[in-house]
Amino acid sequence: MIEFKLPVLGADMDEGKLLEWKIRPGDEVERGQVVAVVDTAKAAIDVECWQAGTVYRLLVQPEETVPVGTTIALLLAPGETVPTEVATTPAPPAPATKRRPPEEKPATAKVPATVHAAARARISPAARKRAKELEVDLDRITSGSGPDGSVVIADVERRAGKKPPAAAGQESRGQQMRQTIAAAMSRSKREIPHYYLAETIPLRKAAEWLQAKNAERPMEKRVLMAVLLIKAVGIALQRFREFNGFYRDGAFRPGEGVHVGIAIFLRDGGLVAPAIHDVPEKTLDELMSSLSELIQRARAGSLRSSELSDPTITVTSLGDTGAELVHGVIYPPQVAIVGFGRVEQRALVDEEGGVIASPAVTATLSADHRVSDGHRGALFLAALREVLQQPEQLA
Amino acid sequence: MNLTYREALRQGLHEALAKDPDVFLMGEDVGRYGGSYAVSKGMLEEFGPERVRDTPLSELGFVGAGIGAALGGMKPLVEIMTVNFSLLALDQIVISAALLRYMSGGQFSVPLVIRMGTGAGRQLAAQHSHSLEGWYAHIPGIKIVTPATIADARWMLKAAIADPDPVLLFEHAQLYNMEGELGGNIEVDMHSARVMRPGKDVSLITYGGSLWKTLEAAGTLAADGIDAEVLDLRVLRPLDTAAVLGSVRKTHRVVIIDEGWRSGGLSAEIMARIAEQTLYELDAPPARVCSEEVPMPYAKHLEDAALPQHDKIVSAARGVLGP
Repeated sequence: MIEFKLPVLGADMDEGKLLEWKIRPGDEVERGQVVAVVDTAKAAIDVECWQAGTVYRLLVQPEETVPVGTTIALLLAPGETVPTEVATTPAPPAPATKRRPPEEKPATAKVPATVHAAARARISPAARKRAKELEVDLDRITSGSGPDGSVVIADVERRAGKKPPAAAGQESRGQQMRQTIAAAMSRSKREIPHYYLAETIPLRKAAEWLQAKNAERPMEKRVLMAVLLIKAVGIALQRFREFNGFYRDGAFRPGEGVHVGIAIFLRDGGLVAPAIHDVPEKTLDELMSSLSELIQRARAGSLRSSELSDPTITVTSLGDTGAELVHGVIYPPQVAIVGFGRVEQRALVDEEGGVIASPAVTATLSADHRVSDGHRGALFLAALREVLQQPEQLA
Repeated sequence: MNLTYREALRQGLHEALAKDPDVFLMGEDVGRYGGSYAVSKGMLEEFGPERVRDTPLSELGFVGAGIGAALGGMKPLVEIMTVNFSLLALDQIVISAALLRYMSGGQFSVPLVIRMGTGAGRQLAAQHSHSLEGWYAHIPGIKIVTPATIADARWMLKAAIADPDPVLLFEHAQLYNMEGELGGNIEVDMHSARVMRPGKDVSLITYGGSLWKTLEAAGTLAADGIDAEVLDLRVLRPLDTAAVLGSVRKTHRVVIIDEGWRSGGLSAEIMARIAEQTLYELDAPPARVCSEEVPMPYAKHLEDAALPQHDKIVSAARGVLGP
């Protein structure tokens, strides 16, 4: 039996509300299939399952909020058969299950009954409705002031009074996201000893190459400079594994593959950094379409669980309207963030010693000093610069 | 201008007889005696024995005669002394009056109004004291009205006479001597409940003789800081469900006060509709104050104990509000 657990969909996520199941008992699930939609403080996320199997039972109902790590569904592994009704672990051979020790049966039959009776709290229907409107967790109200100690509207509102009233769903979503970002960034600055490096990278060759490439293409197929920068980071990282991965429980673990989180600002406030998977292996065209699709889905609030939990590094690219350079804050448990300022014409000194005007960008690296040192960071930025001088190799 | 409930009824009756020659009054002791509750006092002298008719002691007979007159185009007002005696006429009311429009394929109307006394509280013992209007509210084809205010006593008869189908009008025996002010010529309808006292904490839903006890209880609750809304149903069939639900959706708590018995009664029907249609607005289980399920006692202290009273209503309201 495969236990499908609610995954962590971002730093500081400790629970999630199931919004929708995309599967039903009996369905065949493929590896990577989206099986559920879960609401986190940031967005409604499409959650994927990474094990193939057949859905046996759904253990959590829509609208239920459960902690991360809770088993929310049971799947039968390929070849596995349906166990007998009471067993929740793979059943021993058939004759044995039929001849259970007699004392075991009443125990298994009784336990759920008592749990059920105790679990049904006295909460008035109107209080339940109000709690939903005010997003109050009824489990946190331990005693009610209504008849027979029931939880009534007044108890819910008293509980809700501790947080600012949510006038509209949108506003509360914005506030929640702000809180989530605050928690993650505070943790980052509290725990991660950042160091910062910057490097000006000439982009004349890259810009010319890109211009020539785009000239032959219709508008919608054109590749942005940002994509070139992302690909370059991916390529450079292959030689600098200490910037690609996670720092957990006092140790660094390099990431399997280079999955670059792209910082995307959302129009109604807030920020997400979902991953483009396996960046070095993707062509520029593939990356371009991944990027546009990712931005679109991030703003529509329909990201996938793997996109949120998988990034091994983050890239923040301010674009044409941004500032000259950005010192990023590392998103834990990652260990580095690469920043790109505005791409613009700069006065640079060329190989012959003359001053020329050339497109350029200031790349920065914020990295975790527990994992790497400035020397390696500088080498990484130099490698990034070199990669960007041979744009044709990035295609 | 202050007047009694009895006088208000009398004015309504007088107006009906004076204005419409098709209207006539019929019943036990309505003429020479002036009506058991003296509502028709002086009418015989004024309108004559053709239009104010004393009948033999046969509810089955004179209700049937009323139905016949109604079919023939008259607008009879039949008085039955109390609802307890109306059971003798059940066949005429339930099987004839209520069904004739349907059975005739819409060819016949029965524009009959039956007035009757109801309720306890005057030590008239079990055979004269029951509140069976909730029973009649079970029957499709008739309308049930329960005037409890001076204005309704004065004007509801007019609305009942104007209705083309049988209307049963219940006068609570304890209200006849109640005095109150009558406003100007108010048009009263026969389909809506009325908020007698707006409030936000609990809905007290009632009608008829219990209305005034309930208003008094609401006053007591107000002194405790509990803002009770009092809804006078006025019409038991068709029930103004929208008004009931509207009040409950506002206060989220409800107590129903009904002098009828609770089992299978009107209070049960109201609770059922609340549960069916607005369960998720309830912040506490609905409660009710009804008559105890015994024959209405004769002894004063036992009769008082068997009926919905101020203290019971106050305590039920506090109950739904929690400790």
